[in-house]
Amino acid sequence: MLDILSTLEFTPFLLSFKLASITTFILFILCLPFAWWLSQTNSKAKPTLEALGALPIVLPPSVIGFYILIALSKNSPIGSFFDEYFDISLVFNFKGLVIASCFYSLPFMLQPLQSGFETIDKNMLEASYIGGKSRFETILRVALPNMKPSIISAIIVTFAHTVGEFGVVLMLGGSIPDETKVASVAIYEMVETMNYKAAHIYSALMLIMSFAVLLSVYLFKDKNKKQFTGLYK
Amino acid sequence: MIKIDINTEILSVKIDIDEGDFIALSGKSGSGKTTLLRVLAGLESAKGEIKVGDNFWLKNKINLAPQKRDIGFVFQDYALFENMSIVKNLLYVNHDLELAKYLLDITELSNLKNRLPSTLSGGQKQRVALCRAMMSRPKLLLMDEPLSALDAQMRSRLQGELMTLHREFKTTTIMVSHDPSEIYKLCSRVIVLEDGKILNDGTPKDILLKTSGSQKFSFVGEVLEIKKLDAIYIAIIAIGQQLVEVVLSENEAQGLRVSQVVQVSTKAFAPMLLSLE
Repeated sequence: MLDILSTLEFTPFLLSFKLASITTFILFILCLPFAWWLSQTNSKAKPTLEALGALPIVLPPSVIGFYILIALSKNSPIGSFFDEYFDISLVFNFKGLVIASCFYSLPFMLQPLQSGFETIDKNMLEASYIGGKSRFETILRVALPNMKPSIISAIIVTFAHTVGEFGVVLMLGGSIPDETKVASVAIYEMVETMNYKAAHIYSALMLIMSFAVLLSVYLFKDKNKKQFTGLYK
Repeated sequence: MIKIDINTEILSVKIDIDEGDFIALSGKSGSGKTTLLRVLAGLESAKGEIKVGDNFWLKNKINLAPQKRDIGFVFQDYALFENMSIVKNLLYVNHDLELAKYLLDITELSNLKNRLPSTLSGGQKQRVALCRAMMSRPKLLLMDEPLSALDAQMRSRLQGELMTLHREFKTTTIMVSHDPSEIYKLCSRVIVLEDGKILNDGTPKDILLKTSGSQKFSFVGEVLEIKKLDAIYIAIIAIGQQLVEVVLSENEAQGLRVSQVVQVSTKAFAPMLLSLE
């Protein structure tokens, strides 16, 4: 058993965690203002934007992967722009994976944050404005500290969801060792090459880790029943 | 001097207020009281003019944001910052430790200053909200039914504190209230709104005291029950929190029905007052 463990390559796992950490960080920064706007607006565009934001939940990952691949390839305006001016290719490398993951995991960050903002008492925000504080300061010092359970669930679920992605990664990144070969892709290859032992170990690790993540979310949710909001309501 | 002349879809009022006045805003629900407060605070938009001293808060293209209006606002549901201790709730508005200490002292909250809002009672929360509103030394204090969620004893105590604060700071104050005794105790002027317009404007005595002519006592109450007792009728009437019995003749009883709102008055009457404390 120990023999197998010591010969196993763990870079795919590290890559999965690196991808998930970067994606979660980027999505948190991008989704905060968007979620705030959605929670406060009466704009007619809101349902359309909400539907767009939720699309990645229902679309097959291969469809998301396909469109992103087309959009980022060197023949597309975006892809050729980055290639020409920055000499950066966005497909079949780690950068492309990050961009794709951001689309794929967007709703898992956006929705808990939005419903977190929506649970904040409007009068509390108005009391802050009347106290002379800007919108930015109000969000930072009043809204966010009063929706910690939503923030934590958004971060954990986004992270876990990105670790678990497979289809988009395969479409966009292929399976390049140390670059785009994340844990889920590695397991797929192990099964294809009939390396069941390694696949068992990898899968068991993924299973335990995913369970631990979800358990911690639910434990936390139980502790903060009154405030917890988000996808796992 | 505060000059208000505003129009919205549901509100059309013109009011001049002297500096230091304590004004009660009364009227049925939906009459526009809360909207008026929110327009004054800049939380809702309106057309017209609001001039405070020499400054326009609202005029043509000027429409100052709530942040720039120099107001204090006490919400009906307190709206304290749940993540901050009591003293931090105050300091958030204005980092003036001395003023915070002074306000907490006169409202007897000093020993609670490090507690979180969720651990306080309703009356305590409302006192914190009041202190927080005073932290910016506002030119105009707006209060939306600040005491309506409290029991009678706590209400009376907080009325005393409101009076103290008003004496100390002389802040021009507009308070939404339905409680005649509260209005009479605190306010120098009552404005009654109906359907977004001013229905009545005057001193509490002129507007609230319902006696007219030679009437000595006059109350508005609701008929709860009409009983026949031998040859007479007795009506049980609720006046405020108290129940009274009124003897009626058969003719009078026939003109009344349960849940009707009536005026109870008397002319020849020499009331006695007994101290209960």
